[in-house]
Amino acid sequence: MLGFGILSGLLVLPLVGAAFILTLRGDSEAARTNARWIALVTTIVTFLLSLVAWSRFDASSSAFQLVESHAWLTDTIRFKLGVDGFSMPFILLTTFLMPFCIVASWRSIEHRVKEYFVAFLVLEMTMIGVFAALDLVLFYLFFEAGLIPMFLIIGIWGGKRRIYASFKFFLYTLLGSVLMLLAIMAMYWNAGTTDIPTLLKFKFAANLQIWLWLAFFASFAVKMPMWPVHTWLPDAHVEAPTAGSVILAAILLKMGGYGFIRVSLPMFPDASIYFAPLVYSLSVVAIIYTSLVAMVQEDMKKLIAYSSVAHMGFVTMGLFSMNPQGIQGAMFQMVSHGLVSGALFLCVGVVYDRLHTREISAYGGLVERMPLYAVAFMIFTMANVGLPGTSGFIGEFLTLIGAFRANSWVAFFAASGVILSAAYALWLYRRVVYGPLTKPSLQTMTDLNGRELLTLVPLVLLVIYYGVQPGPILDTFAAPTNALMQGYQAALETVKTAAVAAH
Amino acid sequence: MNTVLTFPVLGPALPEIILAAGALVLVLFGAFRGERSTEAMNGIALVLLALAFVAVLMLPSERVETMSGSFVVDSFAKFMKALTLIASASSVILSMDYMRREGIARFEYPILIVLSTIGMLMVISANDLIALYLGLELLSLSSYVIAAFDRDNVRSTEAGLKYFVLGALSSGMLLYGASLVYGFTGTISFPTIAASLHGSVSSGLIFGLVFLAAGIAFKISAVPFHMWTPDVYEGSPTPVTAFFAAAPKMAGMAMATRVFVYAFPGILDQWQQIIVFISIASMALGSFAAIGQRNIKRLMAYSSIGNVGYALIGLAAGTPEGIQGVAIYMAIYLAMTLGTFAVILGMRRGNVMFEKIDDLSGIARTHPMLAFCLAMMMFSLAGIPPLAGFFAKFAVFNAAIKANLVTLAVIGVVTSVVGAYYYLRIVKVMYFDEPGERYDAMPAGVKLVLALSSVFVVLYVLVPAPLNAAAAAAARSLF
Repeated sequence: MLGFGILSGLLVLPLVGAAFILTLRGDSEAARTNARWIALVTTIVTFLLSLVAWSRFDASSSAFQLVESHAWLTDTIRFKLGVDGFSMPFILLTTFLMPFCIVASWRSIEHRVKEYFVAFLVLEMTMIGVFAALDLVLFYLFFEAGLIPMFLIIGIWGGKRRIYASFKFFLYTLLGSVLMLLAIMAMYWNAGTTDIPTLLKFKFAANLQIWLWLAFFASFAVKMPMWPVHTWLPDAHVEAPTAGSVILAAILLKMGGYGFIRVSLPMFPDASIYFAPLVYSLSVVAIIYTSLVAMVQEDMKKLIAYSSVAHMGFVTMGLFSMNPQGIQGAMFQMVSHGLVSGALFLCVGVVYDRLHTREISAYGGLVERMPLYAVAFMIFTMANVGLPGTSGFIGEFLTLIGAFRANSWVAFFAASGVILSAAYALWLYRRVVYGPLTKPSLQTMTDLNGRELLTLVPLVLLVIYYGVQPGPILDTFAAPTNALMQGYQAALETVKTAAVAAH
Repeated sequence: MNTVLTFPVLGPALPEIILAAGALVLVLFGAFRGERSTEAMNGIALVLLALAFVAVLMLPSERVETMSGSFVVDSFAKFMKALTLIASASSVILSMDYMRREGIARFEYPILIVLSTIGMLMVISANDLIALYLGLELLSLSSYVIAAFDRDNVRSTEAGLKYFVLGALSSGMLLYGASLVYGFTGTISFPTIAASLHGSVSSGLIFGLVFLAAGIAFKISAVPFHMWTPDVYEGSPTPVTAFFAAAPKMAGMAMATRVFVYAFPGILDQWQQIIVFISIASMALGSFAAIGQRNIKRLMAYSSIGNVGYALIGLAAGTPEGIQGVAIYMAIYLAMTLGTFAVILGMRRGNVMFEKIDDLSGIARTHPMLAFCLAMMMFSLAGIPPLAGFFAKFAVFNAAIKANLVTLAVIGVVTSVVGAYYYLRIVKVMYFDEPGERYDAMPAGVKLVLALSSVFVVLYVLVPAPLNAAAAAAARSLF
């Protein structure tokens, strides 16, 4: 079909669904139900198509696959899509989680239903685009375009302080990103192209790398988010509707980490080595400080948001440890965190839909009324803590090994963060689920219904499956990690020779 | 003396001639038929503008000079003339219903628009200082009159008077600058000036250049010569504001480009500083001063000041990429401006026009399509991809980075984030706030302008190459 491949299909499908929803007339109950079903079918079909893409993907190769390239802005700025072992899992994660988000919004969104699902489908398109783009301008385009639907999702369907949160989210991320745009332009004039595979082979001058690295860091650190530019995240999470929080935590945050591994590390190896201590420090501060902050939160979503910042600290630490364990661990941690934090927000959404409050103190003793919920919530809490047997353990363990190989002090401080995460997560669980069921408002709580089970059970299974069988994902990361490491060895050699020459 | 008076080749000036002859016919027609003729005259004016547009497209692409070298046609002129004509025609379409309902539909309006358009086309094609000044005065004098077109309205007459007094001052400065340039180079012709300037130049010429820059900055409402803009934009009838925000900006940027890049390429270092300063000041003022605005026309005035600042980044680069950036920026800015003003013109209940930002409250519920279009315009003005405004900013910033104007680019992107705040505020009012009463249905003409500009802004991402290529060809013709 006109030379368009399966990745274009993944981009177009959500838009087709959105267009169908827009053709619905009126705001009757029937139209709303139709909108929900169209959105669900669209996301499921998109997921199936991404499985097809996966089946055609050869995980043993580090090359870009399913590549398609079309004329676009100029001869050298093209509409180019493709995936490798780093991006394929994220595309699957995105398409996999979207149906859950739609189902989670089934009843909790009651006004402006059509617009809501249109915004979500457009958001899905931009997220897939970020991971599939093989041109930096195209990457930036999708990276930023996602702000528009997310801004609307937080602002229209959010909580009480939604307007403040949506503006903060938008302007914070935009400010970070515009500097990245300038860096992309500088790369364009230096290398003559914004084609990612070509840029991966291009060697930028060392002093230019420093500036480019900083510009990209401004964007990715905000998106990640790293301490101290994380403050937009708790606000956005708290105010966003449940499905918005899920997407924010599970996918949008991963764009920062993906950006590091796609651009910063391989294209600016010298600068990455130079700045690694900075990233370590920020990561360790994030792990310890935001864990402590999480402990004193009174709002469930805010607590999980701060725990996300801490977990992203492990990711940045692992990425910049620059050894295979650290990098693969960080990538695995991102996928795992996508599942776990998404599931935790779904869990909060379950009780929020019943009681319309996220105050931890409003709950207590839920296990007596909601045993199924207590089990699911416990598994995700344990995965969040990093209990062996859950997917959370693999990522944290590997990143700690990686960090230990690079710098044992960093590993020491980061490991103390694991203890803190156990403290706040278990304490949250105790306050919400255990204890006597005394509050009158909780007496009528009902356990998970069929729809909620449908969203939580697959996630429970996956979290445990990847906890004992991390192989499939790690194997996917292996080939591109090796390719990345080779680039690094070369950079390290030159640094060493320069150091020796200086003596 | 045996100079033979030869009649100049008129072919390259065909669009101007069509409009000039047409304007005379319109005057006669209007004088004989009186006020009853207004509808028909709008139609004729549109036909004239369309004919001129076709004539522009049929002009040769290579450089042609005529009228003893005073008048030049090249790809750049073609590109900017096409934009100007689109802008003028759209403002006529936007004005028709408004003027009738406000009871100020007079036959002079289309005539003045056509006359002003001739002035703009002359400015774009001017190849010496006198031709430039003539075109500029024709453009300006017509503009002063239409600013005060709602002559029984105090604000409108005030706008016209303010525009006239300050405009006259700036014309004077421009003329003074032109005389200094003539005095120190001995010529008024742009190519000859360009040929005579290399390396170090006398400070008198620099003075002339500064005065020229001041006059030009006034016309494109760049800081520090922007003072008139908010008052004139707010006071003028809304379709006139749309006209001011669109058409003269095209001509003004073309004039700035023509004068600096074409006539003074040898002393880039000298004028680059001026443009960089004007650009930074415009972007900063456009972003910060707009934050407190409550009136959407006034907001658009500050927005246009900011946008001129961004377009000037391309000019500051002074490279083919930079001029390509200017051309792309102006084309996309035109679509965004026309679309936004179409929505503003749609805010009407009965005989009352609404122009407060808060009047847009909740229109996402009452008028979903309208709100969607305006939201896209706002995101586009904020430079968010995948909308067209992003590509406009991309083009100029890209040129600045190549020309090593990194500080300018960084200031530019930071102010664009500040500017995003007030564009977002409009989206917030439309989408997050509670709805008020419905507005009347939009007139068909306004709807058409809105639909076309929205399609352009939203779908530009799919086929950006044609405009890119046309702008690149336009830029090349100046070097």
